[in-house]
Amino acid sequence: MTAFLTIIVLVFITVAIWQMVKIFDLAQVNKDNSQVANDKDNRINGYLMLGFLAFIYGITIVCFVKWGDLPLMSNAASEHGVKIDNLMIISMILIFIVQTITQFLLHYFAFKYKGEKGRKALFYTDNDKLEFIWTIIPTIVLAGLIIYGLFTWTEIMDINEDDDPLVIELYAQQFNWKARYGGADNTLGKANVRLIDINRANILGLDESDPNAQDDIITTELHLPVGRTVLFKMRSQDVLHSAYMPHFRAQMNCVPGMITQFGFTPTVTTVEMRQTPEMIDKVANINRIRVEKSKKLIKKGEEPLERYEFDYLLLCNKICGKSHYNMQMKIIVETQEEYDAWIKTQKVFKNSLIN
Amino acid sequence: MSEHADSHEGHEHHHKETFVTKYIFSQDHKMIAKQYLITGIIMGVIGVIMSMMMRMQIAWPEEPNVIFEALLGRWAPDGVMDADIYLALVTIHGTIMVFFVLTAGLSGTFSNLLIPLQIGARDMASGFLNMLSYWIFFLSSVIMVFSLFVEAGPAASGWTIYPPLSALPLAQSGSGMGMTLWLVSMAIFIAASLLASLNYIVTIINLRTKGMSMTRLPLTIWAFFITAIIGVVSFPVLLSAALLLIMDRSFGTSFFLSDIFIQGEVLHYQGGSPVLFEHLFWFLGHPEVYIVILPAMGIVSEVIATNSRKPIFGYRAMIAAILAIAFLSTIVWGHHMFISGMNPFLGSVFTFTTLLIAIPSAIKAFNWITTLWKGNLQLNPAMLFSIGLVSTFLTGGLTGIILGDSALDINVHDTYFVIAHFHLVMGISALYGMFAGIYHWYPKMFGRMLNKNLGYIHFWVTAICAYGVFFPMHFIGMAGLPRRYYTNSNFPLFDDLQDVNVIITIFALFGGVVQLVFLWNFFYSIFYGKKTVQNPWRSTTLEWTAPIKHIHGNWEGKIPHVYRWPYDYSKPGHDEDFVPQNVPLKEGEEELQH
Repeated sequence: MTAFLTIIVLVFITVAIWQMVKIFDLAQVNKDNSQVANDKDNRINGYLMLGFLAFIYGITIVCFVKWGDLPLMSNAASEHGVKIDNLMIISMILIFIVQTITQFLLHYFAFKYKGEKGRKALFYTDNDKLEFIWTIIPTIVLAGLIIYGLFTWTEIMDINEDDDPLVIELYAQQFNWKARYGGADNTLGKANVRLIDINRANILGLDESDPNAQDDIITTELHLPVGRTVLFKMRSQDVLHSAYMPHFRAQMNCVPGMITQFGFTPTVTTVEMRQTPEMIDKVANINRIRVEKSKKLIKKGEEPLERYEFDYLLLCNKICGKSHYNMQMKIIVETQEEYDAWIKTQKVFKNSLIN
Repeated sequence: MSEHADSHEGHEHHHKETFVTKYIFSQDHKMIAKQYLITGIIMGVIGVIMSMMMRMQIAWPEEPNVIFEALLGRWAPDGVMDADIYLALVTIHGTIMVFFVLTAGLSGTFSNLLIPLQIGARDMASGFLNMLSYWIFFLSSVIMVFSLFVEAGPAASGWTIYPPLSALPLAQSGSGMGMTLWLVSMAIFIAASLLASLNYIVTIINLRTKGMSMTRLPLTIWAFFITAIIGVVSFPVLLSAALLLIMDRSFGTSFFLSDIFIQGEVLHYQGGSPVLFEHLFWFLGHPEVYIVILPAMGIVSEVIATNSRKPIFGYRAMIAAILAIAFLSTIVWGHHMFISGMNPFLGSVFTFTTLLIAIPSAIKAFNWITTLWKGNLQLNPAMLFSIGLVSTFLTGGLTGIILGDSALDINVHDTYFVIAHFHLVMGISALYGMFAGIYHWYPKMFGRMLNKNLGYIHFWVTAICAYGVFFPMHFIGMAGLPRRYYTNSNFPLFDDLQDVNVIITIFALFGGVVQLVFLWNFFYSIFYGKKTVQNPWRSTTLEWTAPIKHIHGNWEGKIPHVYRWPYDYSKPGHDEDFVPQNVPLKEGEEELQH
């Protein structure tokens, strides 16, 4: 209904604009009708340029004030996430400064030098010094950003297996995720989609003869002990997927036929994250919205929405088919003790097979 | 060819024209340009309607919508859009806008119109090849539009058509007949584009009039020239990728596929890699954005100089920047693949080359701004769109610094941040360039003027809506909202972004509807617009020395000779504030040219 009303409003506005133009046209019938801008057009559009500059600044301010705290620019929940956030903030500040200055110059010049009959423009073809300046300054600034960025990138992507990371396989299929833990030996057993045997519940295609596979644990929730480096090995059984964990600043594609990897160290448990003031605000806001929505749903005779509680999520972020929009897995970061207790309750591979 | 033979040829064609050879199978570059433009506009309307439907779906996902019911029929039972068809809209919107509107519609129109007219040639090097390339392009458009009507729906794996999703009909209903037609259409499109590009290159190299040295070419021609070269270098790679994908789909090869278990069965594919496809695709895909934006930049350089009544600032630097962008564009494709699973070291290399592109881009932007300085700006609609391009190119280009940085890309890859970035820097900017070109050269194409007041309304509403749509998208992207989601309502985490999405949609609908003002202006003025004078914008380039009435061969008598560069605006020592290229230097006058 909202959509329909919007369309009607749009149609009316179009008609209104149309009528305005007609009046405008009729008013100038006897005047200059060459359809080339005259001094009056230059003046009006010159002022509109200033107005547009104000609009750009305005929308920037509104966006930062209203939605600037929504972005996950702070409170990263992983060790390397803080580094990404710092780099992001530095880049944003830089962009913000350049954007503010260049948009000002562009629109201000468009206003200041709006055409007038009889004025002559300055014949000014070239200035090597000026051009040198605006070549060399971006070069220096970018060199700095490139070096900073590359150091950060190398640190993030350099996964040192000597640190004894917890190895977890993320397994993607249309349209859900599985996680596989190495078990007591922290080593994943061999696997290939050709070994999948649905009848025996070997859903990830583990090699039943591989001793390392026997104690592997397959789960539908991802539990991570806080402070321990995790190395994810990613697989997909059908199409491309992408494991996106925005709170941890982590993302890597899952590619059929190869194993990709990404590692990070979670630093904030789910419980701790729920208690940060930002998260309490955000969740309260979301629940306000959900209560409003539920009221409408109840009126229509449908089920109200559940109350939202924060959880880390793993999302699919590479188009993968019809239900791409709903391919998710809950991530729980907890203390080592909680993690140990949870993993004990999970079935190991050899016991999960149906014979 | 001697001058005499040249003019003779012009007359001969004049006599033999019938309706079919004049309007349909025309070999005249001016008519072919109009054919490209009108086909591009029709495809553009389809693409924009699709984007408006997508926006309505995102803003009001649960509500039945009469428009969906009317336009999508059985794909929107009771007005609720099907999830598959949402992805199809995403795919076809991208394909149509990037290839059919902003490659063929923009480059095809203005390269064809301006190359012979601005370099002083009677026509393209091969008029027949030119006609052929348009009709092959037309065929590919027809196939693409036809694919919207197949039983299982059109291609739906994104305009990047990554396999295995695009390769396996089992993975998605759109990957059946729809995908086949998509691939056939694109293969034909590439053939058309290659024919056209080769023709542009040969024409610019060989058919320049006397005195038209490379450093006296208008920047439009430089942009079209380099664009054509990029096209010839990179389009064949996409063609090979498409052919290999067709082999995988239909003949059981495994170029891009390996180890696949789908719908309860193991497929036979072994040894291929989807990452290979990504490399092949982006080897075209990235240069493609420059194929789209460079002609727009060329047009804008020309329009800004003419309407500022000032020479373009730093002419040679502008050419150097185009060359640098063209070179760099072929070695940055990997920045689309930082998290594809390729070696992280490659990521470092591509970050380096990618961020380098900011340097020539900065030169261009600063040179445009300096051209405005102390000008006598004639704020015609074309000029407004040109200034608009500089504005959106800056806003969109700056966020490229974030996306090109592999470390930062990890968290914003494939989110709305990316959508905001590329729509501003290449979508909206190139569209503005196209509009600037249409408003500026409409008198040349149709002999009539567009209504300027409608042009002003068109620009200002579009400009506000473009920012209203894409600026807030950066923020929902940074909040982690993935692109290509049919609805976000399965993630309560994103519930607080819904109001932003509604605002964006309202701007998008306004922006879409106001294009009707343009369409009306365009088609009405063809027949009833005010008749133009020969050189309405008082411009220096050669196309305005040709008669208003279109004749095959462009100039009645001899082709004009060129004595100066194209930017002698407000040159001291002249009474008029412009000196056309075909006016000889006065005695003692120096050819100031940089």
